[in-house]
Amino acid sequence: MGGALAGEVAAPADGLSVGGGSPWTIARRRLLRNRIAMTMVGVLVVIVALCLSAPLYSEYIAHTHPFRSTLDGTTIVNGKSVPVMHADTSGLGLGVTPIGPTWDPGHYLLGADNQGRDVAARLLYGGRNSLLIGTAAALLTCVAATIIGLLAGFFGGIVDGVLSRLLDVVWAFPVYLLAISLSTVLLTRGFALGPITLQAGSLFLPIFIIGVVYVPYVARPIRGEVLSLRQREFVEAAIGLGASTWRLLWSDILRNVITTVIVFFPLMLAIDMLTESALSFLSIGVQPPNASWGTIILDGQDLLYTRPAVALAPGIAIAITVLALNVLGDGIRDALDPRAKLRGAD
Amino acid sequence: MARFVARRLVSMAFVLFSISVLTFLIFFATPGVDPAARIAGRNADQATLRAVRKDFGLDRPIPVRYALMMKKLFITRDLTSYVNRGAKVIPQVLQAAPVTLSLVIGAAVIWIVFSVAMGLLAAVTRGSPVDATVMILGLIGISMPVFWLGEVVNLITQSRFHNTFLFSWVPPLGYTPLTQSPFGWFKSLLLPWLTLAVLYIGIYARVLRSALVEAQEEDYVRTARAKGLSESRVLLRHALRTSLIVFVSLFGLDFGALVGGGALLTEVVFGLHGIGKLTFDSLQNLDLPVIMATVIYAAFFVVLANAVVDVLYAWLDPRVRRA
Repeated sequence: MGGALAGEVAAPADGLSVGGGSPWTIARRRLLRNRIAMTMVGVLVVIVALCLSAPLYSEYIAHTHPFRSTLDGTTIVNGKSVPVMHADTSGLGLGVTPIGPTWDPGHYLLGADNQGRDVAARLLYGGRNSLLIGTAAALLTCVAATIIGLLAGFFGGIVDGVLSRLLDVVWAFPVYLLAISLSTVLLTRGFALGPITLQAGSLFLPIFIIGVVYVPYVARPIRGEVLSLRQREFVEAAIGLGASTWRLLWSDILRNVITTVIVFFPLMLAIDMLTESALSFLSIGVQPPNASWGTIILDGQDLLYTRPAVALAPGIAIAITVLALNVLGDGIRDALDPRAKLRGAD
Repeated sequence: MARFVARRLVSMAFVLFSISVLTFLIFFATPGVDPAARIAGRNADQATLRAVRKDFGLDRPIPVRYALMMKKLFITRDLTSYVNRGAKVIPQVLQAAPVTLSLVIGAAVIWIVFSVAMGLLAAVTRGSPVDATVMILGLIGISMPVFWLGEVVNLITQSRFHNTFLFSWVPPLGYTPLTQSPFGWFKSLLLPWLTLAVLYIGIYARVLRSALVEAQEEDYVRTARAKGLSESRVLLRHALRTSLIVFVSLFGLDFGALVGGGALLTEVVFGLHGIGKLTFDSLQNLDLPVIMATVIYAAFFVVLANAVVDVLYAWLDPRVRRA
């Protein structure tokens, strides 16, 4: 998964001539000029807005409850009232098949799932959870990785030894297996350590699990960068001027590695959303009746051949969001540091 | 070189030990949960719980429990599942290994061939629409959840278009052993291979392209051109060879991670009973001994693969040995 960080899209040819200003201003101007990246920002804004308006959709347009099963409900197609779950006429006729896509926003736009719930409404609600978990986990990863990378790279010695070995161990642990081990244990009974208690179905669990497993991917490059920054003249000059440790860390080191963290953030967000969907698909991420794009794909698995829309729609949503994040991430990297070497894969 | 290998082995042993401790702690020492209840499975009776406590030494100190567990995993190999009454865990893991290896090796061959071709094509046509198209295809491959892609493939080849001439050859989901029927083995794995390879084709093509583009600026490439070598020779014999160093190190990591459980989602979607599917099935009925065994075995494999790659890498590129 780490390799997804290490791509490159051709930087716009006009990316370098953007006039004067602080490095941040220049970077911002460069990003604003990158039409592809700005399109992706637009796409992401639309997706987030749609997901945030999930309650509005289910309340006022679809008139449905996205988390309650409606096995004996009816809806209206072409002016006629039809049951949401109708008896299966093909095969042995034992099961019931949920209604397929009606393409009518008021009445089961994308059809219903196995429990007669509106897929479109669940897609929007699920998107909220997917985006929330992805964002929170990416934040957790970036903050923890920055702190660990700073401490390990700056203090060196035994601090570095302990932290680096810790990162090595987590790094060597296959991501899905570590996540599975943590989820198996935490999701069944929740988590209790001193004052911190997490319920088994809490969204914090997937956030914590996904956030933790990716820390080495970001912390290792940051540590390397801090190590090389520490040798630079301006840091020695600051030491010579008698700057305190905190001042060195804060204004000399952190300010220089923060661009790396910013470059990593959208890429981690993309990876985290994919991981969340995979964990939820394995039923160890978001727990029912709560939804995420991964759980909806899981719901759709049994209906794959009869009602493919249930599984297709959330997958397309994930692919578009992650694609937008990856392209935007490339744009941000080009804007902040057009000559940046590829990071993260080594 | 010998010193490098020795150092690498020591660090490997350390990581292996730490991983086993970490896994053990996750399963046996998470605060707030009774490990006996977890191992025994859902709704276990008191007798089973007592048997579990005795079997895993849960009334004894944590280091003893750790040693007992490792003994069951590696020495006596008699770790037993309680959910799946009396089933021995280690033979199950060993039985599943060839399936996972078949899947990952085949996918690796496909992704190497395709990504080198795409990376070269994009680097040669840098800045053209061909380059942009190849890179966007790569990005799309990176952005799709692999299990979802597998479901789409199933939908097309097993259901919607199965009766057309294109996909009528596709066998039902599942695995045919190589020893039983080589052609059947190939047919049952071709689509899983392609599905698993898509993500990596995307990543590797992008990595190779940027490495090649960077190599174009290097002095040795200019020298090669100045000597009057043909453009294809410069590209293939000079630029590509150094660019492959990044490629090789990335490959080692990904290959190890896939054999060690990364292929789980592909196995589940295509019904291949490999290590990943074994883990997944035990996850469904919370069969902790099996999960722990697969996790530890897989993690060990990953660490081993990484160490082998590092040594190979140092052998290929002497600069690494000094680092």
